[in-house]
Amino acid sequence: MELQNLIYLFVGLSFALYIGIAIWARAGSTKEFYVAGGGVHPVLNGMATGADWMSAASFISLAGIVSLKGSDGGAYLMGWTGGYVLLAMLLAPYLRKFGKFTVPDFVGDRYYSDFARTVAVVCVIFISFTYVAGQMRGVGIVFSRFLQVDVNMGIYIGMGIVFIYAVLGGMKGVTYTQVAQYCVMIFAFTVPAIFLSLQVTQTFLPQIGFGGTIPFQFDDGIKMIDSGAYLLHALDTSMSDLGFGAYTVSHGGTWNVFMLTTALMLGTAGLPHVIVRFFTTPTVKGARISAGWALVFIAILYTQIPAVASFARINLIKNLQNVDYAKFVDGQIEGNNGFWFKNWEASGLIGWTDRNGDGKIQFASGKAFKGTKGKPKYTKGKGASGERMTSNPMPSHTASAQDMRANGKIINELYIDRDIIVLANPEIAGLPNWVIAIIAAGGLAAALSTAAGLLLVISTSISHDLLGNVIMKDSVTGKSTLSEKAELLSARAAAVVAICVAGYLGIHPPGFVAQVVAFAFGLAAASFFPVIILGIFYKRMNKEGAIAGMLSGLIFTFVYIIYFVFMGGDKADYLWGIAPTGIGTIGMILHFIVAITVCKFTPPPPQEIQDLVENIRIPRGAGAATH
Amino acid sequence: MNKEAAEAYWKENISLILKLLVVWFVVSYGCGIIFIDELNAITFGGFKLGFWFAQQGAIYVFLVLIFVYAKKMEALEEKYDIHE
Repeated sequence: MELQNLIYLFVGLSFALYIGIAIWARAGSTKEFYVAGGGVHPVLNGMATGADWMSAASFISLAGIVSLKGSDGGAYLMGWTGGYVLLAMLLAPYLRKFGKFTVPDFVGDRYYSDFARTVAVVCVIFISFTYVAGQMRGVGIVFSRFLQVDVNMGIYIGMGIVFIYAVLGGMKGVTYTQVAQYCVMIFAFTVPAIFLSLQVTQTFLPQIGFGGTIPFQFDDGIKMIDSGAYLLHALDTSMSDLGFGAYTVSHGGTWNVFMLTTALMLGTAGLPHVIVRFFTTPTVKGARISAGWALVFIAILYTQIPAVASFARINLIKNLQNVDYAKFVDGQIEGNNGFWFKNWEASGLIGWTDRNGDGKIQFASGKAFKGTKGKPKYTKGKGASGERMTSNPMPSHTASAQDMRANGKIINELYIDRDIIVLANPEIAGLPNWVIAIIAAGGLAAALSTAAGLLLVISTSISHDLLGNVIMKDSVTGKSTLSEKAELLSARAAAVVAICVAGYLGIHPPGFVAQVVAFAFGLAAASFFPVIILGIFYKRMNKEGAIAGMLSGLIFTFVYIIYFVFMGGDKADYLWGIAPTGIGTIGMILHFIVAITVCKFTPPPPQEIQDLVENIRIPRGAGAATH
Repeated sequence: MNKEAAEAYWKENISLILKLLVVWFVVSYGCGIIFIDELNAITFGGFKLGFWFAQQGAIYVFLVLIFVYAKKMEALEEKYDIHE
């Protein structure tokens, strides 16, 4: 069958499956809407958590990042998995025993303060929206490239699908849909990974093939790499030749890698849409095991990602270096069909400028286009070889491929957006059409499952925390005056509004989606992680300390990121040389110091709060989650 | 459950967590970041050891840690008779 029809078939089938599940798992009560009735089996819950957690960024971008950064990409791999160890030991079991619906529930009750609750709600909403914007971009990319519909139309379709199962099914619908989405996503990632592993290293498992040898020889532009060399050695040699620096050696500096890893680990453990997953298990024991299962399902993908990243890198060098552009994109080169290159060039995610006029692509480190990111700006018309014309190429020169080989330095002519590595990989490697088609379904599953989880957290925060527990609170009894039915209705209404805002952010993306993710993690690490840990492990912690700690951690991290990412702060002014992506770590430390200091000088919390802390430490008696 | 038993249970829990977090720190920060260059001098197959920890090994150890914790806590809760 033709590729386009296969893609429609696979994506259509997966969407039909999600909608079917949504209708089967409609939510009838707030408890079902917020925490799926609190009765999800740990293995299924782990699977759903995996899908919720692994976003468009994990599925689409992460292999690209690792492929680009080589050894330093380990910060993302360890950061985004190591947080689960902290979740399982320090947060999940106690929050489950606490037995409410949301993170602001815990902050508000443990610190006996509606002000603390409101700060928490604002954080939840801000973190979740920044994250959703990234998912919508992922949906847009997949739709525009694979389904050849307009990006905006793609986002409308995505919104419609999420609308059906999140608004109708609440947490119950989302959880069971995510189980299905996990299966789609892992299948879609693993099948091409195995194909690639067989092709590049003749080994079935990518995790093993990663350490294997290559059965082919290739020319990196400077010298020949022999067949039978270890894949990673071949990459080290060729990437050093091209000026990128050896693949398996760290270039980022220990300090910054350390800070980034910490911010990602603690951010993972503090992200509200992850934490809330552990409210859905039936028991405290289930919450611990569920974190383990979640990591099992995440690790299946995360251990393949670095392997795929290295396969992609070697394929790029092997297939692109000194290839004749016109013949390549016309499919005239045996075993190296360049249709994919033409397609991604049309999508604006690849750019080539023939700086030395030899009609061949040269690929090395350094910018091929002017401007801060080195992205091509396209103009109308075609170049001599039929490539898209650009208005900002770097200066041309007269060195031929032979000259550059003799000089040992290749001058780069290529821009490749890192986000296309996973999506283009099967095409670059010339895999069968059906493998390419399932990648599209997988990318959508990853983006939609995370978007739905986030939208649910936003709507719960608005209806349950803000409306129910702050605005509509009865001043005498301290209980929400909203009826069950009214709260469920307002949760659904909030979900509708949240989907519309997310869609707006997807159609008019703030031009800095990637940096915005650093925001979400930094803020989660600097706000929720410390406040929850102190609430459980330090009985003496009071509301003054908690509020002072949250605000100082938050404001510090917020201002630092705004100043250096959005207001063009100079790198030379970094505090102790820490990049904004890792600054959440310092925000977290500041939070702990301020909270404990303030707490020492203010009265201890009332007796019933100290009893509450003792109670959440003991597993027995964890009933179903309640109001 | 009386207060002493609750405190003893909590102490055992904390000491277990600390032990496991030491392992967590050593495999990720230790092997994968701080001593990565030193460990890279050791190779097996195509892998340098430090690189392997950063991109594969640490994740496998994380998995083992969570299941060990869950298992040990189950036994601890049996011992203090506070299982669900």
